[in-house]
Amino acid sequence: MKIPDLTELALRNLRESLLRNSLTTVGISVGVASLVAMLSLGTGLQELLSQRLAKSGLFDTVFVSSRRDLRGMGREEERKGPTPGESRVLDEPARQEMERLPNVSEAYPDIRFAAELRYEDKPHLTMISALPLSAKSNDAFDGMQGNFFSSDTGAEAILQKSFAEELLGKTPPLGAPEPAVTELAKPLLGKELTLRYAQRQAAPVTQPPLRGNGATAVGDSVEGAAYSVVSREQKLRIVGIADLDPETMRGPTRAKVFLPLGLAEGLHVMQPTDLREISRAPTDQPVYSSISVRVRNPAQVQPVEDTIKKMGFNTFSILDASNSLRQVFRVLYAFLGIFGSLALTVASIGIVNTLVMAILERRREIGIMKAIGASDGDIKKLFFAEAGAMGILGGIVGVVLGWAIGQIINFGTNIWLKSQSLPSEHFWVVPLWLVVFSIIFAFLVSLVSGLYPAARAARLDPVQALRYE
Amino acid sequence: MTTAPVVSSARGTAAVRIENLCRQYQMGETLIRAVDGVSVAIGAGEFVALLGSSGSGKSSVLNLIAGLDRPTSGSVVVQDRDLAKLSREDLAKYRLHVVGMVFQSFNLIASMTLAENVELPLRFAEVDRSQRTNLAREALERVGLRARMNHRPSELSGGEQQRAALARALINRPKVLLADEPTGNLDSHTGTEIMDMVRQFNRELGMTVVMVTHERALAERYAQRMIFLADGKLIDDRANASTVLDSREQGGRL
Repeated sequence: MKIPDLTELALRNLRESLLRNSLTTVGISVGVASLVAMLSLGTGLQELLSQRLAKSGLFDTVFVSSRRDLRGMGREEERKGPTPGESRVLDEPARQEMERLPNVSEAYPDIRFAAELRYEDKPHLTMISALPLSAKSNDAFDGMQGNFFSSDTGAEAILQKSFAEELLGKTPPLGAPEPAVTELAKPLLGKELTLRYAQRQAAPVTQPPLRGNGATAVGDSVEGAAYSVVSREQKLRIVGIADLDPETMRGPTRAKVFLPLGLAEGLHVMQPTDLREISRAPTDQPVYSSISVRVRNPAQVQPVEDTIKKMGFNTFSILDASNSLRQVFRVLYAFLGIFGSLALTVASIGIVNTLVMAILERRREIGIMKAIGASDGDIKKLFFAEAGAMGILGGIVGVVLGWAIGQIINFGTNIWLKSQSLPSEHFWVVPLWLVVFSIIFAFLVSLVSGLYPAARAARLDPVQALRYE
Repeated sequence: MTTAPVVSSARGTAAVRIENLCRQYQMGETLIRAVDGVSVAIGAGEFVALLGSSGSGKSSVLNLIAGLDRPTSGSVVVQDRDLAKLSREDLAKYRLHVVGMVFQSFNLIASMTLAENVELPLRFAEVDRSQRTNLAREALERVGLRARMNHRPSELSGGEQQRAALARALINRPKVLLADEPTGNLDSHTGTEIMDMVRQFNRELGMTVVMVTHERALAERYAQRMIFLADGKLIDDRANASTVLDSREQGGRL
């Protein structure tokens, strides 16, 4: 029999016992729905987490440092490379070269220094770090009060909550509830801080600062062979108080105060690595202790990292961590898939049951078909087609059902999140591949369920079947 | 038995040749010999009645000729095909193309309209849809049911259902028509109508007809030859003089 004929006959037969076949199909759709629900939950969670991680800037960043940096001495990968003495300097041309690499969105120097900040004439020593404007999308600034930097070179500062507490003298005792950010922000936003830092000046000073800044010299520059160090002050306006800690991963060296990158670069703050540069001839280009290279897509971190290694620098990325995360999700997927499939297994037993019943009911009809020339194969295919049709219909209804359940749960959860004044999330995602996969899977499961009934129907003895009333 | 060779030779080659046919069933402890050593040859174009009381084995013989059942021993050769040697698949093809069947209980599929019932064998033969529809319409036209082609069997009288069954049996233009008590469920008037139609096909299309019946009067009226069975054995085989003569006249006129 040809496929269109087979389909037509199968659908006609399904319509004949509409209730029973509908119930079986509903069984399949519930099975498929549970599979879709489970897997889309998995997909949603994975996407949510990936998004969060991408936003955190950890998984798409390669941290580059010079091999001249002695910290890594003795590590195997570094022994293989050029010796620290002959490796490249991590300077501005190197930074520009990295920024021009394919798939790199930006490469910015890590500027990090300890300095004294004066607020209402009281000194506070803290770690300061520079942020590019792109850091605005970092989710650490999600609950921030105030605004992000207005420009790359603005004389502005964002304070981490704990430093804000320190400035106000409100640091809570251990275990006590922390004050709300809004409370801290009110007295601080728009206020002025004075940054006192050590400026490195190449001597003789010939070129203007790389980028504009509002620094004013307090000490005199001393002419020397390499450079001189000058104590300087910079006024900063507090524009934001960050609720979360943007640098949790940095451990003890994490900064509490953040400046715009352009401003920080212009300050030419004395860096710890500068001491080691004394032996070299002074350059008119800045030299960095480390550079963060942001890659457009976490998947491209590895090639970018390899290229930078070849340029002669040390690199570090959290790619390995994300790889094992993917492994975890694979396992989670398998588990969710198995649980989701359980209902489909039960539904497939329903198909077997329905078709075996159909054979009993349609025994005579099968006999007639055989008597007028239907082959065993025709009968088998007919039952297969019925099983397959139930599978496809059940699959389609199931996907819709699963999607609807997801939407309802999304909706409900977001209401709850809202009531907890948390931002809404879309963690139930039904990707297209899941839709296609579920329907095909339901179809295949149904065909497998149809194997036994189809074989049984085909084996029926026509003489006995015709005698059957 | 004595006249059989005469009729066969008069009609040329045998359409159905049965040799020492046996069919046994095991019913619990007892062995039932439904067909017990029957040998008979039916010529092409003959109209043969298989007669006997119930349990005589006449229906079993018909099922064996139809390829619905396989003999325990002996052979059935229809149109040069040895049915015992055909695979299940080939046997299905044989049923589809070589023989057509009509039953006492019509055996139309209740969920299908007449047109769909009649074209069902064409579906198994993988005939194109458009051609199928035309052939089904023609076949129903021939049995006078064109107007009812979109009705379901339950909406029709017994006679009409049997006519539709005839149309279905003939749709693939079989060489042999096998009828199992075709008038058993019909009143005598409708029965006559059906039998006239069968005779017409026999004469006009040269189709071999093997009809199982227990009504001797019916057999005498339509069959050219009557084969009597009892307890699975062939007990008599004789030509029906009047019909043979009649059909020769008719044949001459065709």
